[in-house]
Amino acid sequence: MKENIDSGLIQDEPLLFEQGGQGRKGYSLPRWDVDKVEVEKAIPSYLIRKELKGFPELSEVEVVRHFTRLSQWNYGVDSGFYPLGSCTMKYNPKVNEEIARWRGIAHLHPYTPEEFCQGALRIMHELEGFLAEATGMDRVTLQPAAGAHGELTGIMMIKACLQARGQRRKKILVPDTAHGTNCSTSTLASYQIVEIKSNDRGVISPESVSALMDDQVAAIMVTNPNTLGLFEENLKAIAKIVHQKGGFVYCDGANLNALMGIVKLGEIGVDVVHINLHKTFATPHGGGGPGAGPVAIREELAPYLPVPVIEKRGGTFLLNYERPESIGKMRAFYGNFGVLVRAYAYVLSMGSDGLKRASEIAVLNANYLMKQLRDDYYLPYDRPCMHECVFTDRLQEKYHVSTLDIAKRLIDYGYHPPTIYFPLVVKGALMIEPTETESKESIDRFIATMIRIAGEAKENPDLLHQAPQRVKVRRLDEVTAARKPKLRWTPIDEQMTSDRSNNTK
Amino acid sequence: MRDSIRYIPHSEEDCQEMLKVIGVKEVEDLFGSIPQDCRIGKPLNLPHALSEPDLMAHMHNLQSPIFSGSRWSSFLGAGSYQHFIPAVVSSLISRSEFYTAYTPYQPEISQGTLQAMFEYQTLMCQMTGMEVSNASLYDGASSMAEAVLMAQRITKRKKILISEAVHPDYRRVIRTYIDPAEQEIILIPYEATTGCTDQQAMSRLIDEGVGAVVIQSPNFFGVIEDLAPIGDRVHHAGGLLIVGFSEAVAYGIMSPPGELGADIVAGEGQSLGIPPSYGGPYLGVFATREKFVRNMPGRLIGETVDVDGKRGFVLTLATREQHIRRAQATSNICTNEGLCALMATVYISCFGKRGLRELALMNLSKADHAKKAVAAVHGCRLAFSSPTFNEFVVKVDGDPEDILKAVRKEHILGGISLGKFYPELNQHILVTVTELNAKNEIDRWAEVMKNILE
Repeated sequence: MKENIDSGLIQDEPLLFEQGGQGRKGYSLPRWDVDKVEVEKAIPSYLIRKELKGFPELSEVEVVRHFTRLSQWNYGVDSGFYPLGSCTMKYNPKVNEEIARWRGIAHLHPYTPEEFCQGALRIMHELEGFLAEATGMDRVTLQPAAGAHGELTGIMMIKACLQARGQRRKKILVPDTAHGTNCSTSTLASYQIVEIKSNDRGVISPESVSALMDDQVAAIMVTNPNTLGLFEENLKAIAKIVHQKGGFVYCDGANLNALMGIVKLGEIGVDVVHINLHKTFATPHGGGGPGAGPVAIREELAPYLPVPVIEKRGGTFLLNYERPESIGKMRAFYGNFGVLVRAYAYVLSMGSDGLKRASEIAVLNANYLMKQLRDDYYLPYDRPCMHECVFTDRLQEKYHVSTLDIAKRLIDYGYHPPTIYFPLVVKGALMIEPTETESKESIDRFIATMIRIAGEAKENPDLLHQAPQRVKVRRLDEVTAARKPKLRWTPIDEQMTSDRSNNTK
Repeated sequence: MRDSIRYIPHSEEDCQEMLKVIGVKEVEDLFGSIPQDCRIGKPLNLPHALSEPDLMAHMHNLQSPIFSGSRWSSFLGAGSYQHFIPAVVSSLISRSEFYTAYTPYQPEISQGTLQAMFEYQTLMCQMTGMEVSNASLYDGASSMAEAVLMAQRITKRKKILISEAVHPDYRRVIRTYIDPAEQEIILIPYEATTGCTDQQAMSRLIDEGVGAVVIQSPNFFGVIEDLAPIGDRVHHAGGLLIVGFSEAVAYGIMSPPGELGADIVAGEGQSLGIPPSYGGPYLGVFATREKFVRNMPGRLIGETVDVDGKRGFVLTLATREQHIRRAQATSNICTNEGLCALMATVYISCFGKRGLRELALMNLSKADHAKKAVAAVHGCRLAFSSPTFNEFVVKVDGDPEDILKAVRKEHILGGISLGKFYPELNQHILVTVTELNAKNEIDRWAEVMKNILE
C-alpha cells in the first residue's frame, strides 16, 4: 500500500493499482438463473485467458473515494472562469445532462427498428435543420465525432465532388493562423498544404489568395473569425477567387460563437463548414471529449454525404443508405447522439433571439476585457475583436517573464489559463475567450487579477517563475516525460524484471 | 428592457456599463469589422426559446416508446451492447470537475483527468495484453481505420487483408478512411460452416506486399477467432496483425490478443459502462507495442515528476500530434472520447479482477442457454459450429424480417437480420444475449420463435 500524504484540502491519492486488496469487490450481477458453462468445454484452452493480471480489487466505497479525490484536482467551467481561447468554454446547462441520461434516450440501441426511434430521428433531423439555418447552408451530416473528424468528412466530400468532375487536385490553401488540425486533416486526405500569410491586419487578403490559387487547389480552409479573434473581412472576395478557379471554400467553424444571427457563412461564399457542438452549442467537453463536429454543406455536395442520411418521408423519419455517390461512413453509427441531444435542447432553450444574444454578449465580453487589459499587456492587433482577443508577453519580456509564467500564475489565483503560444504567428500569444456566460463581475475579477500579475511581473517576477504554488503538483518535467515515456503502471514484479534487464544492457 | 436569458447573466445595465468602458454606443457597434454586405438581413428562422419545464415536456415525447409502458426484451448487439452499468459510474462521471473541463493542456490544473487517463491506458494494456494504449479514439470503427493507416506508416506496404467477418460497418469506415491510391483492401472470406475467417484462403492471399491482416474477435458472428496461427502467418510475411473487437466484455474470459500475436489492437469499448445511446458517444480503444509508440495516433498521458519531485501526469509525445507537427502529424485527432474513457475506467474499477471474469462467464452462460433453447426449435438451427461468446447466428426457415416483425408483436427485439450485410445470409439472424437477459425472457423468446416457426 502506498502512503497518503494529504495537506488540508489538497489530497494525495495513489493509483487504482496501488490500493485495494485481494477479495474486495465493488460489483454485483443479476441472479445466476442459468447453468454456469464450463469454460474449458466451451472454448479451446489456448483461447482462454489465464488470469486478469494487474486489475484492481476494490470495494465500491474505495472506487467512489478514488475518483472523487481525483476530480478535486481538476478545474471545469463549473469551478470558475475558463478563458481558454478558441475552445468556447461556456456554461453547460444541467437540464441537458439530465435529458441525455433518460433511458428512452441513453439506452436506445442503434439497430432498433426505425418505427421505435422516431423521436431520436426527429431530434437529429431537426438539429440538422437548426444548424443549416444558423450557418446558411443546405444540408448537414451529424456523423463526425469532433471538429477534426468533421474537417476530414468535409474535405473528403470536396475530394469526391472534384473526382466526380474528373479532377484530381493536389493542394489545399491554409492560412498561417490556422488550427493544426486543418493541416493534418489535409495530409490525411492526401493533399499538400500551401500556407497563406496573413496581412498586417491579421487577416488574409484577396491578393495573397489570388497569387496562390490555381487549378490544382482543391480548397481553402479558413477559420472565421480567425484564431486572432478577427473577422476575415475579405472572405467574400476570396471565395469568389477560389470558386472561379473551381475550388471550394471550407470554413473551420470552431469560432462560430461570434456569428450566430449575425453572419451566415453560406451567404458569404462558404461551401462547407464544421460546427463544434462542444463549443458553440454548450455541450460539455468531458475533459477531452466526447464532442461532436457536424458538417454543413451546400446542395452541390449533398450526393457525397456519409451514409446513412436521415430523411423525412410523409410523417416518418428514416435512415437512408441508398446513396451510391456517398463518401461512405466516418464511424460505425450515426453520430455522438448523446451530444446531439444536448445541442438540440440548447437551441430550443435559447431560441433564435437567444443565440444571437449569445454571440453579441460573447463579443461584448471579449472587447470589454481587451479594452481593460490593453495598458498592461501588449496587443499585437490593436483593433476591435470578435469573441476572443490575443495578447502577448512583450511588455513582460524585460522582466524575464513569459506567457507560460503568466499562465501558471493565473492558476495560483484560481483561474484556468487562456490558450497559450497559439496562434503561432504571434510570439508568446495569450489567447483569451471569455464567452457570454461569464458575468461582468466575473470578467472584472479576472481583469483585476491580470493587472495584478502584470504588476508582480515588474516587482517580483520570481512569484511568476515559481508559479503555480497553490496546487497539488507544481510545474511538471515534460521533457523527461517525453524522453523516457512511462505510459502505464506496471506491477512491481515486472518493474523489477525490467530494471534488471536494463542493468544488464 | 430585453428579457434576460437564463444562461446569460448580463442585465441591460451591465451591458451599458461595459459598452461605455469600450467607448461605443451599442452592441451593434462592436460588429463594425464585419462588412455590411456580409451581415444577415433577418433573424434566424429558429423556434422561440422554451422554458426548462416546456423543454422537458417536449423532450419526454421524443423518447423511444420501448422504454415506457410494458417491458421489452432485447437481443440486439452487433457493435452496441446492453450491459448493466453500476450507479457509481454515472454518479462519478457527473462530477462537473471532470465533465466540464477541456483537454488537459495545463497539467497542474488537470491532474484528475490526467491520472484517470493514465489509469485507463494501463487498464486497456492489461485488457488487450499490449504494451501501450492511447487515451481513446472516436469509436471502434474509426479506431480500426486508424490502425490500418498506422500499419501502412510502419510497413510502407500497400495491401491490407480484412476478414469478411469483421463488422461490415467497420469495414465501410476503413474503406472511407483509406486513400485507394495508397492502400488496397482485399477481403478474406469466412468459412460457411464454422463462421471463422478462412485461414487457408488467407494463406493464399498473403505475400510480401501485405502490410496488415485485420481480424475481429469475437467476430461479427460472435465467433471466437483462432488468432495465433494468423499472427504467425502474417508475421512470416513481414506484415502486422491488427485485432479488432466490438464486445470488450469477452476479454474477461478470452485470451488477450497481445498474447496471440497482435501488433495493434483497435476496438470498441462501449460495453465497459457506456450506454448504447443510439450509437454514440462510444469509446475507440487503441493499443500497440512499445516499439510502435511514435507512430501511434491520439493523445498519450505519461508519468513524470514536478519541480519538487512529486509524481504527476502530463500529455506527452505530442510531437506526433497535429498541434505541434501540423501537416506531418500521425493523425488529425484532437478531441477524443475522454469522458467515455473515464466511464470505462470507473466501470472496470468496480468490476475488478473477479468481476470481469464473472461478468464474462455470465454472458457466455446465458448465450449458451439461449443457443440450446433456440436450437431445439424446429425451423431454427445454429448457423456456425465454432465457439462463440455472447452472440451467435441462427438460421431460420423463413424470411428473417417477417419473423423479427412477428417477434416484436410480443415486445421482443429478437435480433438483427443479416441479409442486408451479407446477401448470402438471407435466412440468418444475429442474436445477442447479455447478463441483462433473464432466463425466463430467453425462454420466452425461444417459445415465441417456436410459435412462429412451427
